[in-house]
Amino acid sequence: MSGEPGETRLAESIVDIRGRKRDGHVQGINLTLYRLLQWSRSPRPYLMLIGFALFLGFWYLSVEVWKLPRFREMPGITDVIKEWLSPNPTYGLSLYTEEYYQHIGVSVWRVTQAFFLATVLGVPFGLFLGWSKKFKEYVFPVFETLRPIPILAWVPLAIVMFIASESAVIYLTFLASFFATALNTMLGVESIDESYVRAANCLGASKSQVFRHVIVPGALPFIFTGLQISIGVSWFSLVAAEMVSGQYGLGYVINTSYTMVRYPTIVIGMITLGAVGYVTSAMVRLVGDYLMQWRTRELALGGQ
Amino acid sequence: MSAMVAAAPPLTRPTRGAIVIDDVVKIYDPDGAAVMAVDHCSLEIEAGEICMIVGPSGCGKTTLLNAIAGFHEITSGRILLDGEVLCSSEKPKADPGSDRIVVFQNGALFPWKTNLDNVAFGPLMQGQLNKSDALEKARGMMADAGLAGVEHNFPGEVSSGMRRRVEIVRALMNDPKVLLLDEPYRALDSLTKSVMHEALLEIYYKNKVTIFFITHDLEEAIFLGHKVAIMTTRPCKPKKILEVDIPHPRDYSVLTSKHFRELMEETNEAVHEEALKAFAAGEKEG
Repeated sequence: MSGEPGETRLAESIVDIRGRKRDGHVQGINLTLYRLLQWSRSPRPYLMLIGFALFLGFWYLSVEVWKLPRFREMPGITDVIKEWLSPNPTYGLSLYTEEYYQHIGVSVWRVTQAFFLATVLGVPFGLFLGWSKKFKEYVFPVFETLRPIPILAWVPLAIVMFIASESAVIYLTFLASFFATALNTMLGVESIDESYVRAANCLGASKSQVFRHVIVPGALPFIFTGLQISIGVSWFSLVAAEMVSGQYGLGYVINTSYTMVRYPTIVIGMITLGAVGYVTSAMVRLVGDYLMQWRTRELALGGQ
Repeated sequence: MSAMVAAAPPLTRPTRGAIVIDDVVKIYDPDGAAVMAVDHCSLEIEAGEICMIVGPSGCGKTTLLNAIAGFHEITSGRILLDGEVLCSSEKPKADPGSDRIVVFQNGALFPWKTNLDNVAFGPLMQGQLNKSDALEKARGMMADAGLAGVEHNFPGEVSSGMRRRVEIVRALMNDPKVLLLDEPYRALDSLTKSVMHEALLEIYYKNKVTIFFITHDLEEAIFLGHKVAIMTTRPCKPKKILEVDIPHPRDYSVLTSKHFRELMEETNEAVHEEALKAFAAGEKEG
């Protein structure tokens, strides 16, 4: 193991879940933890904290101290934090109310379903688009016509199509994610160097083996870029959908708080969205790092 | 032409891997104007011979390699491997197969597989060996080639010289008749290159496959080859064929010998002429 004894112990204390040890290298989930540990020892966490402190400080000063035009109409940070941490919130939503977690739970569950569907359908669809020229000729022009249609333009049709508002919301969320995933997967397949396919042919791989051993892993970096975008746009379209229909969820919270003049609650909803979105995005990235250790290591050698 | 007679090779040559390129023509038609890349090219390569193809960048050498490997069609003529037709006017594209393995210009080790998994790839795909046998054979061959210790690294983690060696071992795992090398050392610095040349010869002395080696480096060509074919620039066909009578095994001391210099002088002009033509024609490197 490279590095200090502390890291060695950490790496050894965690079971190698792939069940095989590769000499001299931190592997699998350990590699991810190892990189996390490296991060925590670098100055980068402090820089991150300073970034947040500057942002929140500006919010406080511009709204409550300097009362800058436009900014002074915003809820101030002290109001928001007081409301957020209050066991008896004025507007009914804080860390202590069960409802708060219900909204988060509903939104997360919707995004999970939509993201899962978009990945399960979008990745194979994109792989075939990139793999088969004929399939692409048929399908891609239609795909490219549908893709730029904004999710909000789909809302009326979604409501007509799905009687239940829950399915309509998931459908809308799914749609945007699907396009992002499929397009990036296709680009991923097309980006694969022809030499890899030729090399596999030389070495006697059949068409299906080339697909499995060259096309899929070769497209993986792009697929995960697509999934990062996909999880982002799924939150984006979820909130749009929840504002239009639905009875729970963070988008719903933001929209009803606006109509009922609960301004601090709007900001609570927004910040919560930001935090939850960040976590889901980080989770996708972690899965990607784990599946593409060859890439993580290459990047690490490049000092990233 | 002083060096017409090939010296009797000190090492027994194998009986398989003879290539005959017979009157091959390749015409590209990318934009309505037919471009002749290969012009009635004929060349015979003996079994177990190292044949170096020298020509300026973009002269059509790679087109020839692609035809042998089965990546591209030929327009007319035929190519035979051990008497069997690989491609001809009737069947313009050869089937790619593990009897002819290409080592690519920019390297084509799969970056998502470890070096060991890369080396074991061929026999596993062909179903020749089961997983543990394939890995064991791969480990053995890597150790023989001085690659013990990097088995579990990914290709992106080792030096480019090392990667080339892994790629050659990956090819040899399949017991090919012919290795097709497309300027494999082009991107390496000259010091690494000299190490790689000796390593390649060492691998060759152990395995004795036919080697079809494309390069634009005359010194490299004479140092490695039994035969050096200097090609004309587009359209490509042999301009001059040199039989190198320096006995194998060779090592780097050969480079400073008087005879080596003589061979260089004898061929340098032909190469330079073609390079000037290619430059004047503005050929794209590739």
